[in-house]
Amino acid sequence: MANLTLIQAVNDGLRTVMKADDSVVVFGEDVGPKGGVFLATEGLTADFGESRCFDTPLSEDGIIGTAIGMAMNGLRPVAEIQFQDFIFPAFDQIVSEAAKLRYRSGGQYTAPMVIRTPYGGGIRGGLYHSQSGEAYFAHTAGLKVVIPSTPHDAKGLLIASIQDPDPVLFMEPKALYRSVKGEVPEGEYTVDLSTLRTVRQGGDVTIYCYGAMVPVVERAAAQAAEQRGIDCLVVDLRTLMPLDEEGVLEAAKQTGRVVVVHEAPRFCGYGAEISALIAEHCIEYMEAPVRRVTGFDTPFPNTLEHHYLPDDRRVLDAIESVYDF
Amino acid sequence: MTDMLTVLAPDGATKKGFEAGLPDEELLHCYRTMLLVRSFDEICLKLQRSGRIGFSIPNLGIEATQVGAASALRKTDWIFPSYRDFGMALYHGIPAVEMMHNMFGNAEDSAKGRQMPVHFSFVEPIHFYSISSPIGTHLPHAVGAAHASKLRGEDTVHLVSFGDGGTSSLGFHSGMNFAAVWKSPVVFLCQNNGYAISCPSEQQTASDGYAVKAEAYGMPHATVDGNDLFAVRQAVLEAAERARRGEGPTLIEAVTFRMGGHSTSDDPTKYVPAELVEEWKQKDPVDRFRRFLERKGLMTPEENDAMRADTLAEIDRAAKAAEATAAPGLETIFSDVFAEVPSHIRKQGEFLFDLSQRRGEADAGDGEFPL
Ligand SMILES: Cc1ncc(C[n+]2csc(CCOP(=O)(O)OP(=O)(O)O)c2C)c(N)n1
Ligand SMILES: [Mg+2]
Repeated sequence: MANLTLIQAVNDGLRTVMKADDSVVVFGEDVGPKGGVFLATEGLTADFGESRCFDTPLSEDGIIGTAIGMAMNGLRPVAEIQFQDFIFPAFDQIVSEAAKLRYRSGGQYTAPMVIRTPYGGGIRGGLYHSQSGEAYFAHTAGLKVVIPSTPHDAKGLLIASIQDPDPVLFMEPKALYRSVKGEVPEGEYTVDLSTLRTVRQGGDVTIYCYGAMVPVVERAAAQAAEQRGIDCLVVDLRTLMPLDEEGVLEAAKQTGRVVVVHEAPRFCGYGAEISALIAEHCIEYMEAPVRRVTGFDTPFPNTLEHHYLPDDRRVLDAIESVYDF
Repeated sequence: MTDMLTVLAPDGATKKGFEAGLPDEELLHCYRTMLLVRSFDEICLKLQRSGRIGFSIPNLGIEATQVGAASALRKTDWIFPSYRDFGMALYHGIPAVEMMHNMFGNAEDSAKGRQMPVHFSFVEPIHFYSISSPIGTHLPHAVGAAHASKLRGEDTVHLVSFGDGGTSSLGFHSGMNFAAVWKSPVVFLCQNNGYAISCPSEQQTASDGYAVKAEAYGMPHATVDGNDLFAVRQAVLEAAERARRGEGPTLIEAVTFRMGGHSTSDDPTKYVPAELVEEWKQKDPVDRFRRFLERKGLMTPEENDAMRADTLAEIDRAAKAAEATAAPGLETIFSDVFAEVPSHIRKQGEFLFDLSQRRGEADAGDGEFPL
């Protein structure tokens, strides 16, 4: 076991699979000698050589398009998109190509590949270095969407994603890169790509969250317990696609009071899917309306980002409102 | 490499027969603008290191490209800048304090504190188009704006500036192709500063420089010494004249060098060979122009020192004024998403104001949600 930050766990995960499997190649903008702008790929070119970890021209469309070609022809590409905000030139390649290749070729051609990308706020990055676009991608049939919130899960989910037979968008919460630390097993292990994680047990209110919102929710849950004696069941969804539907419904039934938290905008956000699932399948267990705590339906601001991002104040407000309903 | 246009030697001598064709005060304005850029960089670095602004982009080494290109444009022309074009704005008289408001993201910032530092947007005294972070997206915008000018029969020129890395973007291809087919009045200015963050040019393209790419689109091109203000100015002037005559776009590659990091967050010593930096120091664009002015008898070393001190004082005043300006109000999160605030966004704003009053911590602003 080593005590690692989330970004060190990503680096460790990449190293682990690169050692075990020669077909794994890592590429993107500035991932080579510089080691990536956040240093996720630090040392990989030096340790594995330029044919295993390399820089590309500045084209996300090119990065993802070529990754698809490599994947269909025997490699296991792990492509980095420097910020999730810059993924959109590759939207066509992801949505029309990677995600549909298996289906349209009747399984003759497939794209087992991983797209790693840092997402979310917390670095005063303004409109274009802060976005959380998971809903665009979770909406796409044929694409898995994974978001870790702990170093342990970052490594285990990343290895599982690279070994998965389908394309996976692996979104890394940049706000947690260095702010969380935790025990990470050495060597290879995987975390299942369709099981949520129970972060905290409780019988009063269920809170669903993922990525950078997990520690925010944990703080709010601790305050709710301390200030009001409200016991929250906190669930880290981890894999948005495929979703652990059984686990989600089970958690809702346990309390009958639900809050969903994400930093992406609300309208057609991932929280809408969770709310709808609960409304469809266990409305009879509900004691209060579902509350969503999310980013606002505006672009992401810069100076006022702390007002935009859901914080423990906002989560606590929602917990109390469903509890007191 | 293709022939490169140079007029001004590192020692300040100009090519035989060269006439700048600029009045003395204009030459001094060009030089002072380059010093302003240097002072801006220097002060922003200090502000960033002391945690008073979050980020900046150094312009060191690129000043002559910026100012030379800007000096070839009229106030009625449009600039579609990259984030490394401070000198273009300053040359055309955008006050340093307006730029500093953006660096601090305060209430006076034209983008209302929504954008990261260095993402300027101005419409006066010249159109200096709102900067977007995604690389290359603004090239087709310039072409569209130029097409509009052309359809209205105006002689406006639209200059779009981007880096060597930018030539790999989808926007470069679409922009170049459309402009050539439509004969749009656009000047494409590729600032080849050697690197796209840590990626050197060899990794960006296998072609012989960037200018030659124009041939595939059926567009004329020129390669110029980007550290030579006169060479850049001349190439842009010629391209702009051609555009005004209705003869269409030109691609200009200005060969220069990024003497600092990509940004204040970057450590270039990890990937830029020290010898390369040393080599380019000898070609410093500002020193070169100063020597030219000295030879012409337009500037003494004392006057140079005084001008440098004066630009530092100007930028320092701008920074202090911007730092003393309040942050934007909470309502700026919710305005300008649409022309009119839709009810769901209005409710979210009202919620935030209410929450801030009930649970404190965040500034409640001016009370009622005003939109
Ligand atoms: C579409 C997109 N991908 C990646 C980035 C991240 N990024 C910011 S600047 C940059 C390098 C740009 O290099 P170049 O075009 O040469 O301009 P320079 O910074 O050298 O002036 C990169 C990769 C981005 N802003 N947009
Ligand atoms: Mg460059």
